Amino acid sequence: MSERPIVVAEGITKRFGDIVALDDVDLCIEPGMIYGLLGPNGAGKTTLIRVLTTLLRPEAGRAEVAGVDVLTDPQEARRHLGLAGQFAAVDDYLTGRENVEMVGRLYGLDAREAKRRTAEILERIGLADAADRTVRTYSGGMQRRLDLAASMVGEPQVLFLDEPTTGIDPKSRIDIWLLIQDLIARGTTILLTTQYLDEADRLADRLAVIDHGKVISEGTADELKDRLGGAVIEVSVGDDVRPQVLEALRSVCGEEPKIDPVNGSVTVAAPDGPRSLTRVVLALDEAGIVPDDIGLRKPTLDDVFLALTGHVAEEITVATEMSPGNRKRRGFAFGRSER
Amino acid sequence: MTTMASPLRAARDTSVIVRRNLLRNVRLPQLLVFATVQPVMFLLLFNYVFGGAIGRAIPPAAGGEYINWLIPGLLIQVAAFGAGQTALGLTEDLSKGVIDRFRSLPMARSAVLAGRTFADVIRNGAVITLMLVVGFLIGFRWQTNILGMVGGLAVAMAFSFSMSWVMALIGLTVKNPEAVQSAVFIPVFPLVFASSVFVPTETMPSWLRAFADNQPVTAMTNAIRGLVLGEGALPVGHTVAGDVLTALAWAAGILVVFVPLAVRAYRRIT
Ligand SMILES: Nc1ncnc2c1ncn2[C@@H]1O[C@H](COP(=O)(O)OP(=O)(O)OP(=O)(O)O)[C@@H](O)[C@H]1O
Ligand SMILES: [Mg+2]
Repeated sequence: MSERPIVVAEGITKRFGDIVALDDVDLCIEPGMIYGLLGPNGAGKTTLIRVLTTLLRPEAGRAEVAGVDVLTDPQEARRHLGLAGQFAAVDDYLTGRENVEMVGRLYGLDAREAKRRTAEILERIGLADAADRTVRTYSGGMQRRLDLAASMVGEPQVLFLDEPTTGIDPKSRIDIWLLIQDLIARGTTILLTTQYLDEADRLADRLAVIDHGKVISEGTADELKDRLGGAVIEVSVGDDVRPQVLEALRSVCGEEPKIDPVNGSVTVAAPDGPRSLTRVVLALDEAGIVPDDIGLRKPTLDDVFLALTGHVAEEITVATEMSPGNRKRRGFAFGRSER
Repeated sequence: MTTMASPLRAARDTSVIVRRNLLRNVRLPQLLVFATVQPVMFLLLFNYVFGGAIGRAIPPAAGGEYINWLIPGLLIQVAAFGAGQTALGLTEDLSKGVIDRFRSLPMARSAVLAGRTFADVIRNGAVITLMLVVGFLIGFRWQTNILGMVGGLAVAMAFSFSMSWVMALIGLTVKNPEAVQSAVFIPVFPLVFASSVFVPTETMPSWLRAFADNQPVTAMTNAIRGLVLGEGALPVGHTVAGDVLTALAWAAGILVVFVPLAVRAYRRIT
């Protein structure tokens, strides 16, 4: 990873009136990786993507895509980037093929080359059969894939995908994951935003957790988890004894435990691993408290996020067909409020 | 520095956008049909309901038929109302993220607005022609010659094009597709009704007449009347050539003011 970074942001600050959407954001992405931007609603993910794709000028900072300064030479930067925004920007009354070809032409391709690449991409993303239907007959997932196809047709070095899987069904979600992995295999660099922890965990080589416009943690998923220590203690208890449990965890582990707002369980990083757990169990026993469940486990990105932001984790259920036996798997999305 | 897009590239990108905008009308022909229904209703309403009463006040150059007087005005009315499509189309593209996509592409910056306004003028040309056909069926006849009629259509298209840029500014300023539906009528209604479109301005109170005689819709309408009905249809002292020049000056003036304003609004989209 000694190559020159392909996306650089330094000290990006963007305000909307009183709202500080981005607060001194730094970012550095190596070529060929999937970089995940993880954060709740209103964190500033879209704003950062808009700055990097030349749509928005920040008040401060500088940014580079494929070695081109996006603020001083946006038109050149646009030749090297592709954008699939948070909502599919496809034309309902054009066919899938016409949509992608149009974008190809606007990238500067001649008609023949735009046609050729469009046919190839539509084949690759599984829309070849629907290519000549108008988009208004497409499902939401097909529109999202078509939008991705349009962002790829210029063969940009860097693709910016803003919540590529939000609001689509689990099957389409997997399709898009596969597509993203296929793109990486072809050497494209991808910056994607997501509210889904499992998506970030599964796809991203590196992650930045962003909240209130600030990058609050950065690294690989494992690094982020390791920062919580190798293990966390999770205790499920009733509301009545939770204060005593919090006290016991606080005194043994030396850190403020977090309460999961969804299921009410209490977690804290275990500084000494199993020994911390033993001490907690003894302390609880002494106080005469029998928890519903207690255990030591590896931290998840959920814990990372909860520890970093204290935000509500909204639970969603995702049937993950890639998992063995098509079992149900739980995914998590964050948000302070419903969209 | 922004790389200067070549005029050739700009023309090519514009034609790509024009095609895209027109395809929508081809795929959804109802759009054109409904766009024609409203002016045809105006045509029938004014011709049959008010025509008898107003008919007496119109100059003899109209051949004694109110419809001959009305059609040139309605061409301009359709041009003005039809231009509202520019505002609607832009707000729709803005809210769907299509404008974001365009702005993230290495295309000519001018192509989005130019492509929109050119497509809309072609579309409005189709609506105007459809209405003219209906007018012809219910008795409209030009009193000069076919060249006069073609010239009249050209004036209507020039007005439609210039109004599209006014509407582009409105669309880019209002941004919201629902709000813009009403916003587009604000400039158009007073211009169309306080004009010579339906009645000669001589019948209006003097304060209103002062406005009506000196605004673009009247200028455009008079120019078309001159071309289609001859000089006798114009207010005393006006000539056909003079009124056509005035009309074209209005179209040019509107473009000179509103193209830069719309382009500036486009560049400032966030
Ligand atoms: N054009 C704008 N005008 C005013 N405020 C804005 C604008 N765009 C974003 N904001 C504000 O900036 C903050 C960051 O918004 P942004 O859209 O970047 O968040 P996000 O992380 O993409 O959220 P989401 O998950 O909901 O898409 C929010 O408080 C938002 O309200
Ligand atoms: Mg967003």
